[in-house]
Amino acid sequence: MLKIKSLSNDWGRFRLKDINLEVEKGEFLVILGPSGAGKTLLLESIAGFTIPDSGKILKAKEDITSYSPENRDIGFVYQDFALFPHLSVRQNIEFGIKDQENSKKRAKDLASFLGIDHLLDAAPLTLSGGEKQRVTLARALATEPGLMLFDEPLSSLDERIQEKMRKEIKNIHEQMNLTSIYVTHNQAEAMFLADRIAIMMEGEIVQVGEPENIFYGPINKQIAEFVGVENIYNGTITEKDDNLAKVNIGKKDIEVITETAEGKNVRIMIRPEEIFIGTEKDKNSKSARNQLELVIDDILDQGSLVRLELSNSIKLIAYVTRKSLSELDLEKGRKVYASFKASSVHTVER
Amino acid sequence: MKTEINKTVILFSIFSVILILYLLITIGNLIISQLVIDAGALWKTMWDSSVLKSIWISFSASFVSTAIAFLFGTPLAYFLARKNFPGKNFIESLIDVPVIIPHTVAGIALISVFGYNGLIGSPLEEIGIRFVDAFPGIVVAMLFVSIPFYINHVREGFESIDPKLENVARTLGESEWGTFRTITLPLAYRDVLAGSIMSWARGISEFGAVILITYYPMIAPVLIFERFRSFGLGASRPIAVVLILVSILIFVILRYLSRGWSLYAKD
Repeated sequence: MLKIKSLSNDWGRFRLKDINLEVEKGEFLVILGPSGAGKTLLLESIAGFTIPDSGKILKAKEDITSYSPENRDIGFVYQDFALFPHLSVRQNIEFGIKDQENSKKRAKDLASFLGIDHLLDAAPLTLSGGEKQRVTLARALATEPGLMLFDEPLSSLDERIQEKMRKEIKNIHEQMNLTSIYVTHNQAEAMFLADRIAIMMEGEIVQVGEPENIFYGPINKQIAEFVGVENIYNGTITEKDDNLAKVNIGKKDIEVITETAEGKNVRIMIRPEEIFIGTEKDKNSKSARNQLELVIDDILDQGSLVRLELSNSIKLIAYVTRKSLSELDLEKGRKVYASFKASSVHTVER
Repeated sequence: MKTEINKTVILFSIFSVILILYLLITIGNLIISQLVIDAGALWKTMWDSSVLKSIWISFSASFVSTAIAFLFGTPLAYFLARKNFPGKNFIESLIDVPVIIPHTVAGIALISVFGYNGLIGSPLEEIGIRFVDAFPGIVVAMLFVSIPFYINHVREGFESIDPKLENVARTLGESEWGTFRTITLPLAYRDVLAGSIMSWARGISEFGAVILITYYPMIAPVLIFERFRSFGLGASRPIAVVLILVSILIFVILRYLSRGWSLYAKD
């Protein structure tokens, strides 16, 4: 559907460096990255608001790199809505509809689909954030664009509405058979919406994959840190039997599943969510091949989950529910056992 | 703490009032003393055909110069607000030049270019368009001094419009021109109107640049100057009062009309 080939664009503060990216028809691709990574510039390049220094953008095999925005058949939804303040909601939605005869009906259908039909005669300034974003969606959908671009569309809404709108956008994408590229810095949003995620950092696409692959298999330390993998260690593979290997990370050996050969230096990452905390040593467990005896250094209440900072042979971050916190009677200074599967450890060669 | 603020407010108020009084006394004294000393002369002046003619020439010439500023200045203001191009700083400074140079200097410059032997005046004279001592001369002089007011006002108006609105309009199928027509210009309407009023008012108030290039036909300030020189204050003051009253009236009406556009307040 959309193919970006070696796209580069230097805007001084923001820049794109040799971007290669493909989106399939019907796909929901999320571009995830910290702010300042150049995500918006990438979207604006796709939309044609800026012409890239080099590289190509192909849409349905047609080279659209030098097309004007109005000839690209691409819809755009901005974070801060960008509703036309001098036009009513209805006029905003009808703005892009070329078929004058059916524009009234189409605007009305879209408005009722998005639950804003009672606002058609209102002025955009009078709407709430959630309503404004619905109008923006209706306006972009009205032209039935071949590709939808979303630039952090939920960031300026409050959290409660964010979750609702997130579901709605996913729903619209599926029901209307859209092809979507969605930019965000919010990991949860990406996880929820994406068919695939492209991680963008400092103007480059650094990793592309399905959400699980990204969150459980970040290919480098920056990505791991950005997507929230907190337990990262450097070590060396000391033993290997088939794909099951032992990685020495100093005072400890960690069992991992990896393709990397014996003797290689590796970096391992353990997602805190995959660590189980117990107060007694579990001798029967076969699958949790790693079991570490650690001491609780600190307990941090983070809402529904409680974050544990553990140390002894290594420092480790883990999460438990509030329920287990009280059931296991966990407190600072207490000795616990942290277990995790060899397959939960992600290994990258250094 | 509270008394601190009050002290500031009082001090600021005193300074403000002094400045306001300076304006009010100067303008008010002119009008009131004319009414008190010689109301009859004022009445007579109102129906003096040479006075009315000079005011008409002032207003119409300034209107034409504002129309030219609108036609040619709006695209330039848009470019300055939206695009980056080499020489932009130079052009921005150039636009401000008429504000800083003495208007007699502007007049000299204009007459050198638009005069009988001037770069532009000479070839246009051939085809029958004359600037010296003619209506077009008044227009070019007024245009020269009012351009900065129009451009700077309108440019600020365009700058205050979020470019994202234009971007979205493009994705919805509008061309660059269509976007300017349907989004940018309607949203900048107030600033365009305000810029036009400023430009028009500036044109009417111009004296120095105009008198050098066009003495006849007389604009109102030139007529006032001539009457003052020939017959003194008593003869010139009534015209000044009439000009002030008419200008204020029109200014108030335009200000009132442009207020209605506050609907377009930015999101």
